[in-house]
Amino acid sequence: MRRRELAAHVGPGARAGLPLAAAGLLLGISFGVVAEPVMGQVAPVVMSAVVFAGAAQFAATAVLADGGSAVAAIVAGILLNLRFIPMGIAIAPSLRARPASRAATGQAMVDASWAIAHRGEGRYDIPYMVGATLVQYPAWVGGAAIGVLAGDVIGNPENLGLDAIFPAFFLALLVNELRAGISVAAALIGAALALSLTPFGPPGVPVLAACAGAALGLVRR
Amino acid sequence: MRGSGARAGTPVRDVWITIAALAVATALIKASGPLAFGGRTLPPPALRVISLLAAALLAALVVTQTFADDQELVVDARAAGLVAAGGALALRRSLLVTMVSAAVATALVRAVT
Repeated sequence: MRRRELAAHVGPGARAGLPLAAAGLLLGISFGVVAEPVMGQVAPVVMSAVVFAGAAQFAATAVLADGGSAVAAIVAGILLNLRFIPMGIAIAPSLRARPASRAATGQAMVDASWAIAHRGEGRYDIPYMVGATLVQYPAWVGGAAIGVLAGDVIGNPENLGLDAIFPAFFLALLVNELRAGISVAAALIGAALALSLTPFGPPGVPVLAACAGAALGLVRR
Repeated sequence: MRGSGARAGTPVRDVWITIAALAVATALIKASGPLAFGGRTLPPPALRVISLLAAALLAALVVTQTFADDQELVVDARAAGLVAAGGALALRRSLLVTMVSAAVATALVRAVT
């Protein structure tokens, strides 16, 4: 893609990413608040900067807070990130650059950016996804810093209902995805798989298994 | 997140090992799909599966983040937040309004229960 064409997609992606960044900021703050008692003031901000994966960070922090080992925390985080494997395969056909560049682009995958960059029929607008992620990154890291410093003022983020922001946000993204009856069916199967497996697998695995709902695409129509 | 109130600090070394390992693992996981399948034209059935992946995955994230507490299924204040979010979306409100509605509804239910 030429440079001008690239800029024409990154810009709109960044603009579309602004409300996602607002959500990221609030969630980043709640991460900073809950992580500070567990790992101090610096580590939560560094973690947000170098891991940049919300669900994994919350899960790993919860394990450490409950007295779990580093290994248990790492495994919990990795399980929650495994969904990025099928997500990465999904964007792969839209990636034409050399391997090093493709691997770098993969780092820009976060749930929200990935979802809004979907153009249907398996095509992804990659520069748009990158633009949306570029504005969420500083919000996520800055949010953690705010949360760490203002934790005593904010108190328990759950009292503010901040933990309800993520599912609301994913619901909004989901509504955009329901383009046809078959996507509704895939969503229902995904939800049913995730719920029914929740009691049996560690967090992250049910969501990964829910990807099987997409196998509906193999059914002949 | 539950059970995070323990102030009895985690050993500093464990914290940094966790952060370093998760940073590396996340980068590798995110790079794997683009590296293994990038630049190829996948067959049409694979593309049809890919086109449904977002719906399946987002639905799973919605229900697990609302109804799962670790490995337990629960209906708590977050469910009220999801209902509020659904209402905001049905009224075609913006993403921000949708998220704030969910937070307010959840906070209110927590405040009165």
